[in-house]
Amino acid sequence: MRLFAFARRAIFGAALLPAASLIYWASTGDLTANPIDFITDTTGTTALVLLMLTLTVTPLRRVTGQNQLIKLRRMLGLLAFFYACLHLSTWVVLDWFFDFESMIADVIDRPFITLGMTTFLLLLSLAVTSTAGMIRRLGRRWQQVHRLVYLAAMTAVIHFWWVVKADFREPRLWALALSVLFGFRLWWAYQLRRT
Amino acid sequence: MLIRRPPDIRYSEVTPKALYLRRREFIQTAAAATIGAAALAAWGGTAAHAQGSGRKLPNVRKSPFSTTEKLNSFDDVTGYNNFYEFGTEKDDPARNAHRLATSKWTVRVDGLVKTPKTYDLDEFIKPHALEERIYRLRCVEAWSMVVPWIGVPLADVIKRLEPQPGAKFVEFTTLLDMRQMPGQRVPVIEWPYVEGLRMDEAMHPLAILAVGLYGEVLPNQNGAPIRLVVPWKYGFKSIKSIVRIRFTDAQPRTAWAVSNPREYGFYSNVNPTVDHPRWSQATERRLGEFRRRKTEMFNGYGGQVAQLYAGMDLRRNY
Repeated sequence: MRLFAFARRAIFGAALLPAASLIYWASTGDLTANPIDFITDTTGTTALVLLMLTLTVTPLRRVTGQNQLIKLRRMLGLLAFFYACLHLSTWVVLDWFFDFESMIADVIDRPFITLGMTTFLLLLSLAVTSTAGMIRRLGRRWQQVHRLVYLAAMTAVIHFWWVVKADFREPRLWALALSVLFGFRLWWAYQLRRT
Repeated sequence: MLIRRPPDIRYSEVTPKALYLRRREFIQTAAAATIGAAALAAWGGTAAHAQGSGRKLPNVRKSPFSTTEKLNSFDDVTGYNNFYEFGTEKDDPARNAHRLATSKWTVRVDGLVKTPKTYDLDEFIKPHALEERIYRLRCVEAWSMVVPWIGVPLADVIKRLEPQPGAKFVEFTTLLDMRQMPGQRVPVIEWPYVEGLRMDEAMHPLAILAVGLYGEVLPNQNGAPIRLVVPWKYGFKSIKSIVRIRFTDAQPRTAWAVSNPREYGFYSNVNPTVDHPRWSQATERRLGEFRRRKTEMFNGYGGQVAQLYAGMDLRRNY
């Protein structure tokens, strides 16, 4: 139990590292020649990593039988949302400096931005319904609502895929990771139906 | 009689019970934070700074074609590069380009030319006087910088090489050698990199073959030892580390147009009114600046080059 509490804190601390690094590098002037691009990439990638880790909790719990792992799920999901917020704010404030006309045009014209915005809205709806009160109030529907996380993970990976110019190795890896996570759930559902 | 003595410690100084009971958690959190800080320091310590060639180029003339805009720093120009032969991250070229051996470089000239021949680099460049050309560079990814190139007018080189009358295009090819260019082990685009210009574009006085920047020999990550610079086109047209120049009557199959014909055309002139399918080309970020600035037609060189494209539909010929 103590070990688990420690692990939970360590994971929380580690998840804050990318944000802390950005602040540190900003203070030392090491955000590359194109800081806004670098911040956008770092926050976006971290959000994606955390979203994938969120989806890893349940398979890991089933494989290990460690049910307390479930306590990590909301924390990881909210951390993913935190980085999605940073990612979006970077775009709004640093990249476009509140030029809403251009931003709206971008959301409409550019599919990868449309998908990025979709992902954000999905994560937002998951975050606001993640409180104990909302879980109680939504009852059975809570689980249905929170299946949206699968959609959010797909739109997030496609969003990343469509940003890339030619080197698809990284988005391909994320697509593969997502397929494995989905595959596990399908296999699990199939096993349940057989028994 | 019992005299109540005040306790040695006042109650306000006592650690609250709740906090006392959570002392282990406190220590654990502190430990986690320490591990985090250590990892952060190790990570932050890896930031590298780009190296130049350090060899000065003598007798460089100024040019009236140079812009007076503020230069980007040497670190920006040599540390933030798209040169996929050395990796697809912006800092990969500065990290990996030391593998490139530029000392015994040759340039093969063939195709529709009077005398096909393989030149030593020195012999190829020597007949021409070096000029400094301070140009804006606009990347298709919507960032830009100002670079003080050193080179020779491409038109002068072409005149000397004497292409045949049938030559309509010039094709350039980058070195193909995955030991020197480890990025070529990954087929992100077709190797070797090929670029090309229509003959009248190549003969335009703004087009140069660069062999240096910032007063020194071209650093490897910027396309040493010899590269093209065509300032009114997106940066990827300005092919690096050239080993072959071929004169031809057919439009060259250029690398990005082959890789993704819907997104990259042969001409690739900087054009704020024709968007890349996935991002707007109306604005750009000059490295070092916070706010985006408006992208100018032909990257601001329209006065000199627009007549090359008179009567052409630039929406179709993107």
